[in-house]
Amino acid sequence: MAVTSTVAPLRRRRSRRSVPWGAYSLLAVFTILFLFPVYYLIIGSFETPSEALNGIQAAAPTHLTLANYHSLSQEFFSSTITGSLRGFYTVSTLVSLIVVAGGLVVNSLAGYALARMKFRGHRTLLLLVIVLVIIPFQAIAVPLYYMLSGMRNTVVVQALPFIGSAFSIYLFYTFFLNLPPQLEEAARIDGAGPWRTFLQIILPNAKPAFASVAILSFIQIWSSYLWPLMMTSQPNVYPLSIAIGNLVKQQSTPNYGEMFAFGVLLVVPMAAFFLVFQRWFIRSVASLAVKG
Amino acid sequence: MATLTTQLPQRRRRRVWTESRVGLTMLIPGIGLIVIFMLIPFFYSIWLSLHVEIVGSNIPIRSVGLLFYRHLFSDPIFRGVFLKSLENNGIFALVVVPIQTGLAMFLAILVNRQGAFVKFCRTTFFLPVVFPMVLTSLIWKAILAPGPAGMLNAVLRIITFGHFSPQYWLGNVHLALPSIILLSVWQGTGFQMVIFLAGLQGIPPSHYEAALIDGANRWQLFRDVTLPGLRNTTIFVVMVTTIFSLQLFDQVYLLTQGGPLNATSSVMYLAVSQAYVANNVGQGAAISVVLCFIILLLSLIQRQVLRERVD
Repeated sequence: MAVTSTVAPLRRRRSRRSVPWGAYSLLAVFTILFLFPVYYLIIGSFETPSEALNGIQAAAPTHLTLANYHSLSQEFFSSTITGSLRGFYTVSTLVSLIVVAGGLVVNSLAGYALARMKFRGHRTLLLLVIVLVIIPFQAIAVPLYYMLSGMRNTVVVQALPFIGSAFSIYLFYTFFLNLPPQLEEAARIDGAGPWRTFLQIILPNAKPAFASVAILSFIQIWSSYLWPLMMTSQPNVYPLSIAIGNLVKQQSTPNYGEMFAFGVLLVVPMAAFFLVFQRWFIRSVASLAVKG
Repeated sequence: MATLTTQLPQRRRRRVWTESRVGLTMLIPGIGLIVIFMLIPFFYSIWLSLHVEIVGSNIPIRSVGLLFYRHLFSDPIFRGVFLKSLENNGIFALVVVPIQTGLAMFLAILVNRQGAFVKFCRTTFFLPVVFPMVLTSLIWKAILAPGPAGMLNAVLRIITFGHFSPQYWLGNVHLALPSIILLSVWQGTGFQMVIFLAGLQGIPPSHYEAALIDGANRWQLFRDVTLPGLRNTTIFVVMVTTIFSLQLFDQVYLLTQGGPLNATSSVMYLAVSQAYVANNVGQGAAISVVLCFIILLLSLIQRQVLRERVD
């Protein structure tokens, strides 16, 4: 069955004649399996606590209610002691903004310098970047926690370690390496210095690289959990992920209806962004394997 | 095609400017940040793992040599937990890597065609990738809830016509790790699928045409054209998935806290709980260092495997 589809795009004439029902039915089964948890999340967010966890009936409720969203909106401006939804949103948005915007600036410059500039220690620095790409954040989280423990419970510390990224530098580096050098030669003949060339000639030609890095780092930072878990203990600096994580960890009688509504609010900005820029999301993930 | 983690550039393009000062100015912010927040912590973790430090006390820091590493492998109590966590990571990787890679390749082949329905399926498979692990854990906590009210229990009961008795998925020593695996595969497969999709589109159509002229059937096309064409993509996906699976933390922390009876404890979970919860900095750092070296070793192997192809 799988084989049919491998060749289908190439033999389009043939596949037009006969619809590949086998592949379609397999796709339908997997789509239902993958979509079900998302459906459950959404439908459950409109159910009362007793309905949201009620066997198979939870997937086909008799009536829907906005009560969960209503009580969440009450919490939106609630006290500073328990933290407010607005506060969680603000922290998550600020951290993502700092990491994505700051990361685009510093990592693109570093990637560009590595790809195009000549200086001493060039090879060593490139090797350093490549080695640091391999080391995952998780493996250095513990020492970093001790290094930065003086900055706990701030917004800045949640973003700081992720602005500079060996991974993003490497993606930019490979992208700039493959840009034709004629672009810069032309600019230089026109008398433009390196900074102006970068801003006016390179930037407009590097939109795909910027989009890829922005999307990948946004997915990563919006979802990050371990680092804010270590660095925050006060609700006024919790990002969304920690606020929800605290609900998930509670063992005593979870209110799934309200948790689902909270979860929907966490994922909506990301999912909306994804559905609008789907092509770019997929392209940026695909670029991981093909570049280099 | 090469992977991003391994290869130095083969060709040196002509660099346009020779002013090293401009280059360094452009480099310093980015390189400086990764040195401060990655390289220094890496060496700091080695230092921490060789010293005893009681946080918040006046007891002087003392060097203890390899004590914390010896603990990992010979301390009668701690050894059990560490080896169990290592084993769980191993099982997790051994199950997740083939399932996720195979499923991702299979789905990529299925969605590598035109049409509105196929496009919808592609979106669906990729959607969980934008779901933070916190949210994935929340949804699956409800699906895996114990008793007949839990969604998975209810569905399995209907499918088996009432023969299935409800399970406590996350509380059962034998079912907890498979449950964690299940939700991790749901969340991660779409990512690998897209990488395979890019790999499939990189196979030149002429290869298929040539095979068709030679009279190849569908299975032969898959075996002789698709599979070899996806070789490097597969190596890349396998390595990335392996390294990801060694970092297993969020879902364990959120859903089981390593339990029941360490059945879902992972190396990363152990490192964090030692350093952060038990305040045993050196031990947590030692585990981090071991993890780092395992990952570096695996990356070197990947580099080697890829190089064989090039030569």
